[in-house]
Amino acid sequence: MRVELEHRPQGVPDSTAAADLLAIDLTALRRIAASAAAPDVDRALRAPAHRRGLADFAALLSAAAADRLEDLAAAAHETALRRFGPTVRLFAPLYLSNECVSVCTYCGFSAGNEIARRTLSTDELIVEATSLRDRGFRHLLLVSGEHARIVSKDYLVDAVDAVASVVPSVSVEVQVWDTETYRRLVKAGCEGLVVYQETYDRSTYGDVHRKGKKRNYDWRLAAPDRGAEAGMRRLGVGALLGLHDDWRAEAIAVAAHARALMRRWWRCEVSVALPRLRPAAGGFEPADPVTDRDFVQLVCALRLALPDVGLSLSTREAAAFRDGLLPLGITQMSAGSHTEPGGYASASDAEPQFAISDERSPAEVVAAVRAAGYDAVWMDTIGPRR
Amino acid sequence: MDELVVAGRSFSSRLFLGTGKFPSVASLRDTITATGTEMVTVALRRVDPTADEDILDAIDDDRVLLLTNTSGADDAEEAVRLARLARAAGMPTWIKLEITPEPRYLLPDPVETLKAAEILCADGFTVLPYCNADPVLCKRLEEAGCATVMPLGSWIGSNQGLRTKGALEIIVEQALVPVVVDAGIGAPSQAAEAMELGADAVLVNTAIGTAGDPVAMGRAFKLAVDAGRAGYLAGLPAAAGGASASSPLTGFLSTS
Repeated sequence: MRVELEHRPQGVPDSTAAADLLAIDLTALRRIAASAAAPDVDRALRAPAHRRGLADFAALLSAAAADRLEDLAAAAHETALRRFGPTVRLFAPLYLSNECVSVCTYCGFSAGNEIARRTLSTDELIVEATSLRDRGFRHLLLVSGEHARIVSKDYLVDAVDAVASVVPSVSVEVQVWDTETYRRLVKAGCEGLVVYQETYDRSTYGDVHRKGKKRNYDWRLAAPDRGAEAGMRRLGVGALLGLHDDWRAEAIAVAAHARALMRRWWRCEVSVALPRLRPAAGGFEPADPVTDRDFVQLVCALRLALPDVGLSLSTREAAAFRDGLLPLGITQMSAGSHTEPGGYASASDAEPQFAISDERSPAEVVAAVRAAGYDAVWMDTIGPRR
Repeated sequence: MDELVVAGRSFSSRLFLGTGKFPSVASLRDTITATGTEMVTVALRRVDPTADEDILDAIDDDRVLLLTNTSGADDAEEAVRLARLARAAGMPTWIKLEITPEPRYLLPDPVETLKAAEILCADGFTVLPYCNADPVLCKRLEEAGCATVMPLGSWIGSNQGLRTKGALEIIVEQALVPVVVDAGIGAPSQAAEAMELGADAVLVNTAIGTAGDPVAMGRAFKLAVDAGRAGYLAGLPAAAGGASASSPLTGFLSTS
């Protein structure tokens, strides 16, 4: 079988959120985050939610804002409650394959890691999806390593098609593709595209992505634009905290990217996630461990500065910590996750992408959500664009 | 320098002036100077090349950009025809697209405006549409290729100020092109308010043209627009809200 070579130009096209992002002076914002004083934090806190800008966001990430953490939390809680009500959407990742040709220093699937590899067949996928549906899930996120032959375009289209026959809401977090392939995925029933840039710092990006197609920063950066153009209704972006040595810089870039996407692709729902690096095969050590306290500040700042954006929290975080973050503005959570292909319907001996931390079952997570006075929402879809 | 850029052209004034309703051509000429405006709208239907002196004589087109206004058009077809007529007559291809099928409030027709905007943008015009303060419509006009959006503060000539403030805030937040608040601004303070909320410019006619002293009022509007813009750029402090004491939301940090 011939593997098609993509047209993958350097640089990002005009009139994209990626181009908008690159035009923003992120250095000035990083300076604000590094130097904001109490009055700046006060002003950012008191501004009406929809008037807060990126400068306010940067101020809310500052050390001066850390001193006001409880105030940030109160304001974030109020903002979240007004916008989303006491609800959280639940989803599960469904790993298709851990085959990968890319060498990325931080990822358990990285090519060269001596791990058990597996790719689910369409039939196996249906069994897994059905098992998740039986536990309540209606929204599944299909995740995969990067392997253009084993995890090909055709394979992914078939996978979406199969899973969409089981649950109404399917998103993908797979290698980035061209617009045409995204169009095929949408047509097969995919409503959302998740693409984490991993790190927005170009130099770090080059350091951690040693080999493979993923090395092209700009091609990846503009992937959400291509997905949106192809008809994806939901877009997810984010950075993996712990790759670059300044988490505030990453947060600023993610927020700026999300804002740019919301303006450019105003029909789409945009969500962000800032997963903290977890132990994985390969043994990568985080550059700048983000403390729990830092992370809470980050979630509050995001909620305050981007009141409409979805905030996603995975099982990388511990149970008690996730429960504590919920009222601060988390809008979607995974639960009972497996990060290896297979593993929901029956045990799998394939290598997971990373170790999870919150090991509660979906039912236990739901019980905790309800105990906090929140509704666990399984079903929230308008379906893929037809 | 805080310049406004519309379709690649820079403007140092953020006050656009409509030219109807002035007591004389001389008064209009002096007002243009007093406001410092660099963009004026002229209704094509008011241009009379056979007259001894008409609106165009008041405008120094080296310094001021003439924006041909399709006012009077009541559907897309009519507006497109007027725009093409203006181009054929050698007028600039910058068009204030205004389609107002009902004569009482002169409210813009959103459907016809979008339709005309699509045609005119594709035809190479630089289109600045007058429209309702409807955030979705503004995004659609932007996607059609319009150089700005010009949502109304309240209806034309009403002097009622920013009745649509909540919607204008959303439009400003979402827009990728400059937002010009057009229509309804009746006092300098209202122009300042529009600029403070983040509008890129305002378009004023009635409040200046029908003032006791249009030239002095033009000067007042210039000051108000500059003040509002400066206030916006300086970062307005918000009004204080009630402090809310509740159970700690970060208590889990000490236990986890």
